[in-house]
Amino acid sequence: MIQQQESTIVEHHPMDVLLRQDRIPHIWCSGCGLGTSLTAFINAVRDCGIPLEKISVVSGIGCTGRVAGYLNLDSFHTTHGRALPFAVGLHLGNPSLKVIVFSGDGDLISIGGNHFIHTARKNMDITVICVNNFNYGMTGGQGAPTTPLGSRSTTTPYGNFEFPFNIPHLAAASGATYVARWTALDTRRLKNSMQEAILRRGFSVVEVISPCPTLFGRLNRLGTGLDMMKSYQENSVIRHGADPASVAMGKDGKIIVGKFVDIERPTYLDMMKQALGGRFNIPIPERSVDKTEIPMDGE
Amino acid sequence: MGEPSTSSEKPKYWRTPLDIDKLQMPKGKVFIIKERCKGCGFCVEYCPRDVLELSYEFNSKGYHYPYPKNEEACVNCKLCDMLCPEFAIYTVDATKEKKTEVEKVGN
Ligand code: SF4
Ligand code: SF4
Repeated sequence: MIQQQESTIVEHHPMDVLLRQDRIPHIWCSGCGLGTSLTAFINAVRDCGIPLEKISVVSGIGCTGRVAGYLNLDSFHTTHGRALPFAVGLHLGNPSLKVIVFSGDGDLISIGGNHFIHTARKNMDITVICVNNFNYGMTGGQGAPTTPLGSRSTTTPYGNFEFPFNIPHLAAASGATYVARWTALDTRRLKNSMQEAILRRGFSVVEVISPCPTLFGRLNRLGTGLDMMKSYQENSVIRHGADPASVAMGKDGKIIVGKFVDIERPTYLDMMKQALGGRFNIPIPERSVDKTEIPMDGE
Repeated sequence: MGEPSTSSEKPKYWRTPLDIDKLQMPKGKVFIIKERCKGCGFCVEYCPRDVLELSYEFNSKGYHYPYPKNEEACVNCKLCDMLCPEFAIYTVDATKEKKTEVEKVGN
């Protein structure tokens, strides 16, 4: 064994300023992709140019829902599935804030599914980071509306037979103006995409495909978190502009990643101003930075 | 991926870049917060320069944390930092004083 260089071992990380020190280390398992998604998010928030006091992060319940508690930003940990309604309230109460919802597939698409489609329909100026690990991790690996057909979970021991949701398709069909998907391994592109989504006006959604080695991975014999990352490396294909209807996730097969939707549509506040602006004072924040293309293609 | 070259080795080029005398490979220094590491191995697996290896020792949680077995080869790309789920590793630029003299590397 090579002698350990003492100077290598330190106590603090440069990202610690954006983390609540009393809550770190986090509870996520070894090999879980949530930490990597959070790292990409912190880098995106740091580089997006919006002052940190103008950013607030809202999470629901679940493993991903713990993000709000770890971030040293204005953050709010809400009840299960209700991250979006809280975020909408925050956004309408103080439109100068950039509100970002960081939550999991169970929280956003299952329990909060109704809120998800309606917030997208109204085109609220909110960014959603949805980490999809295909099951309910925190409560023991139950089947979720994202569990692929044939995959095992603790409630689908013979393989799931319900049709799952395809999150980008759901988001795009409901009216989201920016929809992208990356795996946790595409960390640089994920960070750029998060940054781009934060700077867009309107309802923007970034789906992160993330390993859950402890439950989904173990029940489906996918190996460790590292093995799952390697399978993403082998199976993901970048297809920018792909039709969201064509990017459904299967049990095996290719994972289509990329930026699928990037359009402009008046936001809820724009429409409100148009309809009621003569009668009431409707503030529309100056914050939004217009179309900044952040390069995402690496190869 | 091929064998990573350490700085003592000469990099091999198919064609020597015309501006070889102006190019300089960045160098990084690796820092590890050993008690945070959960030994997932992402940093070790995906370091493009094969700088890291999991140590034989383990931390107080019982995980083998990484150490830079070949720090000379680090190019400060920060991929380890971006992939680590635990905020347990980062690198800083350790490029020695910038190249001023024409230093032929290719031939
Ligand atoms: S900065 Fe890049 S080259 Fe250096 S140890 Fe990290 S991954 Fe390897
Ligand atoms: S990526 Fe982080 S947690 Fe995983 S082995 Fe490396 S330092 Fe440890």
